[in-house]
Amino acid sequence: MKLFHGKGVYGAIAIGCVSVFKRQEASVRRTHITDAATELERVENAKSKALEQLSAIHEKALKEVGETHAQIFEIHMMMIEDDDYNDSIRSIIETQMVNAEYAVAVTSDNFAAMFSSMDDDYMQARSADVKDISNRIISCLSDGENSDSESDSRMIICSDDLAPSETVSFDKENVLAFVTAFGSSSSHTAILARNMNIPAVICVGEEFLNDISDGCMMIVDGHKGEVIIDPDEETVAAYTAKQQEDAHRKDLLQQLRGKDNITRDGTRINIFANISGVDGIGAILANDAGGIGLFRSEFLYLESDDYPTEEQQFTAYRKVLESMAGKKVIIRTLDIGADKQIDYFGLEHEDNPAMGFRAVRICLERPEVFRTQLRALYRASVFGELGIMFPMITSVNEVAECPAMCDMVKRELSEEGMPFSDKVEVGIMIETPAAAIISDRLAPMVDFFSVGTNDLTQYTLACDRQNSKIERFVDTHHEAVLRLIEMAAVNAHANNVWIGICGELAADTSLTERFLRMRIDELSVSAPFVLPIREKVRSIDLS
Amino acid sequence: MKNFSYTIKDSVGIHARPAGNLAKLAKGFTGTKVMIEKNGKSVDVTKLMMLMGLGVKCGDTVNFTVEGPDEEAAAKAVEEFMQTNL
Repeated sequence: MKLFHGKGVYGAIAIGCVSVFKRQEASVRRTHITDAATELERVENAKSKALEQLSAIHEKALKEVGETHAQIFEIHMMMIEDDDYNDSIRSIIETQMVNAEYAVAVTSDNFAAMFSSMDDDYMQARSADVKDISNRIISCLSDGENSDSESDSRMIICSDDLAPSETVSFDKENVLAFVTAFGSSSSHTAILARNMNIPAVICVGEEFLNDISDGCMMIVDGHKGEVIIDPDEETVAAYTAKQQEDAHRKDLLQQLRGKDNITRDGTRINIFANISGVDGIGAILANDAGGIGLFRSEFLYLESDDYPTEEQQFTAYRKVLESMAGKKVIIRTLDIGADKQIDYFGLEHEDNPAMGFRAVRICLERPEVFRTQLRALYRASVFGELGIMFPMITSVNEVAECPAMCDMVKRELSEEGMPFSDKVEVGIMIETPAAAIISDRLAPMVDFFSVGTNDLTQYTLACDRQNSKIERFVDTHHEAVLRLIEMAAVNAHANNVWIGICGELAADTSLTERFLRMRIDELSVSAPFVLPIREKVRSIDLS
Repeated sequence: MKNFSYTIKDSVGIHARPAGNLAKLAKGFTGTKVMIEKNGKSVDVTKLMMLMGLGVKCGDTVNFTVEGPDEEAAAKAVEEFMQTNL
């Protein structure tokens, strides 16, 4: 038994036999030819065959993954017909008097190198497309039928990497899972696997290829991004049980997916999900969350060795907004300090960081950091329904400073001719007792409130979250905390402001009824809790 | 010869799909050459991969030069395409 770690791109478990994917790109040999015309004709024939195949793949992709994701194959067809690409192949054949396969392979390397040297992630990824179309032409040149899986039984497909066209060309019914040594979670392959609902683990590392062979047993855990080769009986039993649990959750999903979050007497509530990175979007969509109630933007800062640029942030925010396709996305501005420290911020050691220099306090003291984030947020706003939320608010003055900063950023963008949405909602976290107590003053200044129950509990009860010695004094259902939330709810509604809860308490089904009675508008929870909360809401009768 | 410049407003710039459509559009005007220039580098827009290789992003200003028998119509079509899609 051997365990490998990678990145799960679709959360499900597969147990079965391995089929090692063999590409037909058998190393291309350079051979001398005497008749260039024949060679050029071979290229033309191979190209039309490749175009036929791509058009069939495009059709298949349209049915299986939808128009947006199928578009890539249309681009592939256009690339095959590109003048420069073809000129290059032709001139290599004619001037060097070499075989077509070699000319295509060299051309492929040159164009792929051009794209991978560009300073833009999107364009860099296009070099994989160049290689994909070139391999297809080469395989058509050698008369190879393009690799369809030959086996009839259901297999776990393992490979170094899979091109999008390879991923789609498998018969979906025969694929239990995909496992690749390389790849990125934003690659087309990952996106396609997700859309085909096939468990997939990528980036497992090259070594795993040495440990597998056709027919060996494997467990693929798409939740944890783990791959187990030759598992023992006990492990198989444990994973079979997990698979059943998944099946049960899937049943729940079938029953509840697309259903309203509505009580028996007709009270509605939004159930959103929290995420800490672009990777979490798959789980959010899979669990049918109505939006994102808390997007923790600090992951961008934590993952980086230096301040993330406006462009890096813009790309991440845009990806999330686009993936959510018009559903609300609330992004919380930088919340570091306290338990989350970042070296390059150069923050001094504090004896009591929970009450120290953190979150919006850092943003207001370092406007250049704040400004970069707000510019990226507003630029991304045209791609969906964005809400911006400021953490750790304690006073009217702080709230006044934040929208002022937003206005400045919007003025800058207008002057530069950059588009931004004018429907961006601006809100604050209610996570200090001070904010809850003066919520009547804060509400008229914002569009929404979101209660962070973890900090609100820690500050209200004077109990350090990090200190395990005082755990028994932390009553998460403490009446003081619940009353503060209720106070904020009353003041929010009196000012036509909506209020959500994004802390851990939101997922506590024993409080769902109480929150509904407070007329909380939204609960934002970890993705796996969305459906259990929906089930709870639908069982409650407030009348 | 017709000249005009355009500043990209679409936030992703000239990525694969619009590049493909722009190349297709320009190919329709046989005998007329549509060149796009960014930072001194100039390419024929019918050449999809070179066009993508220019890496035109939001906020970039590009200059078009259209020359040939159909230059009036081609320039108009390209300008309209840019305004609607980019």
